[in-house]
Amino acid sequence: MSARGVVWSIVVAISAGVALSAASASAQPPLKWAGDPEGGAPFVEADPSHPDRLVGFDVEIAELFARALGRRPEFVNIRFESIDQSIVRGDADVGMSGIEDTPARRATLAVSMPYYEFREVLSVRDADAGRVHSLADLRGRKVATLGGTIAYEILLRAQQEHGLEPLSYEDDVHPFTDLVLGRVDAVLLDNVLAERRHRAMGGFTVLPETIAIGHYIAVLAPQNGPLRDTLNETLRGAMRDGTLERIFRKWLVWNDDQSKLYARVLAGEPVPPVIGFDTSASAATISKWEATKRYLPSLFRASAVTIVLSCLSMGLAVIVGVMIATGRVYGGRPAQLALTAYVELIRGTPILLQLFVLYYGLAAAIRLPAFAAALLGLALNYAAYESEIYRSALEAIPVGQLEAARTLGLSERQVLTLVRAPQAFRLALAPMTNDFVAMLKDSSLVSVLTVLELTKQTQIFATNLGSWFIPGLLCGALYLAMSLPLAALARRLERQWRVGPQ
Amino acid sequence: MESRPAVTVLEIGDLQLTRGTRTILDRVSLTVDRGELVALMGPSGSGKTTILRAVAGLERFDAGRIVVDGVTLSGGSDATAATRHQLHRKVGMVFQFHCLFEHLTAVANICLAPVHAYGIAAADAKRRAHDLLTTFGVQHRADALPRQLSGGEAQRVAIARALAVDPPVLLMDEPTASLDPERRAELGTLLAGLREQGRTLVIATHDDDFAEEFATRIVRLREGRLEPQAASLKPQGRAKA
Repeated sequence: MSARGVVWSIVVAISAGVALSAASASAQPPLKWAGDPEGGAPFVEADPSHPDRLVGFDVEIAELFARALGRRPEFVNIRFESIDQSIVRGDADVGMSGIEDTPARRATLAVSMPYYEFREVLSVRDADAGRVHSLADLRGRKVATLGGTIAYEILLRAQQEHGLEPLSYEDDVHPFTDLVLGRVDAVLLDNVLAERRHRAMGGFTVLPETIAIGHYIAVLAPQNGPLRDTLNETLRGAMRDGTLERIFRKWLVWNDDQSKLYARVLAGEPVPPVIGFDTSASAATISKWEATKRYLPSLFRASAVTIVLSCLSMGLAVIVGVMIATGRVYGGRPAQLALTAYVELIRGTPILLQLFVLYYGLAAAIRLPAFAAALLGLALNYAAYESEIYRSALEAIPVGQLEAARTLGLSERQVLTLVRAPQAFRLALAPMTNDFVAMLKDSSLVSVLTVLELTKQTQIFATNLGSWFIPGLLCGALYLAMSLPLAALARRLERQWRVGPQ
Repeated sequence: MESRPAVTVLEIGDLQLTRGTRTILDRVSLTVDRGELVALMGPSGSGKTTILRAVAGLERFDAGRIVVDGVTLSGGSDATAATRHQLHRKVGMVFQFHCLFEHLTAVANICLAPVHAYGIAAADAKRRAHDLLTTFGVQHRADALPRQLSGGEAQRVAIARALAVDPPVLLMDEPTASLDPERRAELGTLLAGLREQGRTLVIATHDDDFAEEFATRIVRLREGRLEPQAASLKPQGRAKA
C-alpha cells in the first residue's frame, strides 16, 4: 500500500469511528436491569447452548420493559442478596430475579405491581411425606431456605412458635441436596423453585399445603417513582393482552393463580405483600430502634458463634501449623515435598472453594455437620499460613544458638523444644495475632455453609430492615470489640517477650 | 605454682578436614596437657576456629582422631549420640559472640544443660550456677536477660554456662575480640585462675599481646597446617599464674 493509501485509510477509519460514537450518543441510554443468573431458570439463567446469553421469564419481562421505553435492555449481574442495595446505589434501573413483594421493600424502594403469584411450600424427603403437613410438625427439626426471603422470616417466626431450627442458604439448590443427604429435614421455598428442583432431582416430595402466598415484583430506587409508573403501565398492558401469560406458559409456570391475580390488579384491588403470614412484626414496619433492640440478642449470639469458631479453628490451625513447620524443617525429603505441596495448594486456591469442597464436594464420602466443616475448613486453611510463619521463625533462629545448645549436651529434640521453638514462638507471636484477627473476620466466609455467624446475622438484619446503616455499624462495633483486645494483648506479649538486643 | 605430673587431656592426631575441594585442616596434630592454656594463632581462614569446633563435636572431619580425656572421635564417621553426650561433658565451648540463649536469664542459661541433659536437680544446678556467677563477679546479673548484659558480662555468663557441668577442657573462640583493655586484663586473670584449678584451655585468637601474656604455649597455623612447634614454644614460666 502506498503512503497516500495509508493516510487515506486512517482518515476513513477515524471518520467512521466519529460517526459511530455520534450515532450511539443520540440513542437512548440502555435500560439497566439487575438480576442473579445463579438463581437460574425459570427466572434468569445462562442459555445452556449459548452461555453468554441469558434466558428466563424475568429476562423476557425486562425485554418487554425496554421495548416499551424504546431502550435497549442491558443486564447487570448482581448477587441475589444485594439486588436491593444495588438498585438504591444506582448500579441498575430495575431489579428482577424472582424478587418478593415484602413490607421492607415497599417501605424502602419503589416497587412495581406484582406480576406473579407464588406459594411457599414445604419439601420433605419421600419417607416423611405422609408425616409432615405444616411447620408445626417440624418441631426440633432443621428446615432450610434461601437467606433474605419471606420464607426465612416465616421460619424465624416458626422457630419461636414451633421450635424448629431455621437454616439460611445462599442459593436455592443446596437446601434440596442437603435435604436428600439428610443434613436438613425440610425445605421451605416458593413452589416455582421447589418444582423446578423436583424436576431436576429426585428423593424428595413437594407437599401440596400452602404455607403462605407471595408475589414477584420489580424493584426500583425510591426516587424512581415515574419510571415505576411507566413499568406498571407496561405490566397492565401485558396482563390484558396475554403477553405475560405467553411468557409464563413458555416457562411452564402459568397457573390459575395468575389469572386471579391479574383480575385483582387490573380491577385496582390492593394486594397485600404476603398472604397467610402476619407481617406486622416485620422489621420494616416498626421503628429502627425497636428493630435494633429486637435483633441485638441474635447479633450477640452470632458474635459468640464467631468467637467460638475462630478460637477453636485457630487452636487447631496452630497445632497443625506447628506439625507442618516442624516436618518441613526437620522431616525427610518425601515429608518435606508433601507438606510443601499442601501449603502451596491451600495458599494457591480460594478459601471459599476449599469450604465448598469440604462441605458439599466430600458429602458423598464424609457428611460433616456444617459447624464441623466450617471449623475444619478454616483450621486447615490457616494451618498452611501458620506453618509458614513458624517455619520462617524457626529458620530465623541463629545457628549459633543451636550449636551452643549442642555443645552443652542437649539432644536435637531438646535443642528444638528448649532453645529453638521458644525463641521462634516469640518471633511468630505478632504475625500469629495478626492472623487471629484475620480469622475473626474470615470466619464470616463460613456463612456459605449455613453457619449463622456475625456477618450473616447482620446481613439478615439488614435485609429485613431494608438498610445497612445501623446493622453495619453494630456489626463493625462487635468485630472491633473482639479484635482490639487481641491486638492489645499481642502488643503486651511482644513487649514482654522481645528477643534480641535492646 | 604447684608442680604436677604432665597428664595429656587433649590429643589431636593427624586431623584432616576438607569441605568440597578445599582443605581446611591438613594433618594437624596437637597434644595439650592438663593446666595448659594453648593459644591457636594465625591469619583468618587458617583453621583455628575449625579445630575448636571439631574438638567440640560440631564439625565432622575426614581423617585422624581427637581424644578428650578418654573420649575418642574418629575421622570419616559420625560419632554416636552416646559418644557425643560423653564428649559434651568433657568439653565446654565459649563462642565468639557468646550465643547466650536470648529467651533465658543468665542463671537459666547456665542451668539449662545440667537439668535437661544431665538430670541434675534444679536446685543443685541453680546453686552451682550462682557459685559460678559469683566466682566470675557477675552474680548481680543472675536474673538479667542476655540483651541486658554488657559484652564483658555476657562473656562471663557464657564461660559459666560452658563450665556448668564441670568439663576439664574449655575452648574459647576469639575471647578478647570485643573487650576493652581493662576487661581484657581481667579475662586473662580469670583464665589463669581456671588453669590453676587444673582446667585445660584452648583459645583461638588474633591477639598477640594477650597470647604472649597469658598463654602457656602458642601454636601457629597457616592454611590449615601447624607451623613447626619449636618456633612457637615459649617457656612455661613466662605465663602468669
